[in-house]
Amino acid sequence: MSAVDASPPRKVWQYRTPRARLALWAGWLALVALFVFCWQVMTKDTIWFFVLDAPAQAADIGSRMMPPRWSYLNQLWVPLWDTINIATLGTLLGIIIAVPVAFLAARNTTPSTTLVRPLALLIIVASRSINSLIWALLLVSIIGPGLLAGIIAIGLRSIGFIAKLLYEAIEEIDEGQVDAVKATGASGAQIIDQAIVPQILPAFFGISVFRWDINIRESTILGLVGAGGIGLQLQASLNVLAWPQVTVIFIVILATVVLSEWVSAKVRAAVT
Amino acid sequence: MSAAATLSARERARAWRRPPVLIQSAAWRYTIYIGFLAYLVLASASVEVNIPRIMEGLDRGWRFIEGFLVPDFSSRWTDIRNGLIESLTMTVTSTVVGIIISVPIGIGAARNVAPPAIYLTCRAIIAVSRSFQEVIIAILFVAMFGFGPFAGFVTLSFATIGFLSKLLAEDIEDIDARQVEAVRATGAGWWQVINYAVQPQVMPRLIGLSLYRLDINFRESAVIGIVGAGGIGATLNTAIDRYEYDSAGAILIVIILIVMVSEYASSIIRKRVQ
Repeated sequence: MSAVDASPPRKVWQYRTPRARLALWAGWLALVALFVFCWQVMTKDTIWFFVLDAPAQAADIGSRMMPPRWSYLNQLWVPLWDTINIATLGTLLGIIIAVPVAFLAARNTTPSTTLVRPLALLIIVASRSINSLIWALLLVSIIGPGLLAGIIAIGLRSIGFIAKLLYEAIEEIDEGQVDAVKATGASGAQIIDQAIVPQILPAFFGISVFRWDINIRESTILGLVGAGGIGLQLQASLNVLAWPQVTVIFIVILATVVLSEWVSAKVRAAVT
Repeated sequence: MSAAATLSARERARAWRRPPVLIQSAAWRYTIYIGFLAYLVLASASVEVNIPRIMEGLDRGWRFIEGFLVPDFSSRWTDIRNGLIESLTMTVTSTVVGIIISVPIGIGAARNVAPPAIYLTCRAIIAVSRSFQEVIIAILFVAMFGFGPFAGFVTLSFATIGFLSKLLAEDIEDIDARQVEAVRATGAGWWQVINYAVQPQVMPRLIGLSLYRLDINFRESAVIGIVGAGGIGATLNTAIDRYEYDSAGAILIVIILIVMVSEYASSIIRKRVQ
């Protein structure tokens, strides 16, 4: 026994206490167990032959897609124009409904926190939880296929997004300006116009353009359920397995999405 | 009003006017207004409104609203339950796998920790994953893997990679460089720098983002079922196709409730870790 061993054990610095480490491990273990359980349930009915076959299928589809049928491009300009219109008009519809909802939902402008605010928040949550494709599915069965169903679907989906970000912006304004305008004897509408709107306008434009960008993306697929736009062509081409046309459509969609994202990034950088 | 009326014309011309918030030049402002108006006219002209068809559909719309207010959970309950189980398991597995894949890609796509060649590769992967809608990716994966939740799982994992890696990379690029420098000054290698200087700084946000993506994946899992990738979306599609609006209403209510609960839970967890 040497002298070193007789001395009390050296304490090494550790990031966590033993109990915290144990809790952390238990947490990870629970997560892994959950994952394995979910995996088992999910793949219960999976036919593994198809999964293993996937690389061959991918190669097959790839070879069918490959030379793109460029002549098909000429039939795509009108659907593309429709797609952009669905996104833009849908965004406008969304904005028109979302702005009052946002003012009703913001804590500092709502007329009543017990009655109106929860209602406005419910509208926001309901609109946000349901994807525009589901709205489109419903609307096509209600008002018939076409652009209008797409526009309303995009509009309904946009309400929640725009209203949520806008009401957060309204809640973050500088109350000093509101007090100053109020001190001049301004009415409620004048306070909103002179003190609140100038403060949230940059955020408002940023949010709207951001949503427009997302809507361009979403409107490209609305045609799959019959709500107009380039998705109709995609559905038609997929139904007849015309993969070279599908490639052209994908390229057009990709170009549109990249362009709209660029526009939206530019505008957002300019206003904020 | 009376005060304004007593002002002379010259005084009124000099009275304070609110300056425009965004675009200072009047010419540009009016060009933009007129251009936008012209676009609106053109765009509205391309929308065909079939009034008789809408009138015919209003009755169905009313039945849908009735179905939403008086949902029917019982008659399709087994379908709804199976769809929900598929959606939820798909969400959990795809989020976990997505995170596992996107962490290395996210680190590789951060300019301050990755060499240029790896940076460009990872950014390219992110761009590919982000540029397509989940539904389009789902169409391709359903064609490859066959119908069912497995295709949905692959789709959602793929979509998670683009989202999570991009935000993680941006977060790593924004970290406090002094901590990296301090750890590097102790003679730490690349892995040690990542582990001791980068990871502690981005971990709270990574957890927040992962929870947010869990939310999104559930919402998307309700959609990709429409193109055959399993989940509650397939059930919903069937219900709407059969005009069973009361069952469709029930499914939508279940989706909204789950999204609300998960959003609330994730906001609590995010508040605790940040």
